[in-house]
Amino acid sequence: MSTENTTKNPTETPAIEHTRNGLCFRPNVDIRERDEELLVLADVPGAASDSIDVNFEDGMLTIHAKVAPRQEHDHRYLVREYGVGDFYRTFRVSEAVDAGKISAEYADGVLMLHLPKAEAVKPRKIEVSAK
Amino acid sequence: MVLRDLSLRNPLYQFRNEVDRLFNGFLGSVPEGFLPPPLRNQPAVNIWEQHEAILVEMEVPGVKKDQLDLSVVGNELSIRIDQPGPEEEGTIYHRRERPVGSFSRVIPLPCEVDANRVAAELRDGVLTITLPKAESAKPRKIAVAG
Repeated sequence: MSTENTTKNPTETPAIEHTRNGLCFRPNVDIRERDEELLVLADVPGAASDSIDVNFEDGMLTIHAKVAPRQEHDHRYLVREYGVGDFYRTFRVSEAVDAGKISAEYADGVLMLHLPKAEAVKPRKIEVSAK
Repeated sequence: MVLRDLSLRNPLYQFRNEVDRLFNGFLGSVPEGFLPPPLRNQPAVNIWEQHEAILVEMEVPGVKKDQLDLSVVGNELSIRIDQPGPEEEGTIYHRRERPVGSFSRVIPLPCEVDANRVAAELRDGVLTITLPKAESAKPRKIAVAG
């Protein structure tokens, strides 16, 4: 699995990538490997569960979480350390993942993707039979 | 100079300058040092002022209500987040970018607030704290006699 996008995290450098709708950020992710699956956790704070698109096409997994502006465009901040906008990130998914069975959950601003491993690459314990 | 060269060519640096310029505009009316920039792994905040309240917003994805500890003492808002560390030991990580563990931040407030009426909301990983201004800090319309 490799990361294709190189936009920046909103909490450090706001907005590198511009989309039609304005600002777009690269979510922070954790990718954990388990025996049965790859688990992807993506921080997309401010997104509502029905505004998150997860797409798989041509071996590419795309996360696009739309985040509605919380303030007016010309809002005056006393302190502004981060920008608010959509989250977008793309991953190349290896063939070792069973793409048909990818599933997603969302809670508290964190998107959780389960990428089950294809049967062929799951760890298998080989029984040794005694003669 | 190498550094200068870098900054001229690298669009990221150019962009940063643009952003700095933009933000300096926003911050024009705020005294310098009002809020020290966040340390590494400290959550970033946005702060703005309404007629009757100061609002502090923070992105805290994955944080649950009971992991948040907020307090107002005098003119300072303290935010503490206690997240459990990474789960199982020996987990293989292919990417590990999400912040873990505990962090806290003390935010000096630009005016006096009514600590008894501070309210906080946590929604989709965004924490919004509403700090109503103390009576003495509220704008008051002065009637002109005559």
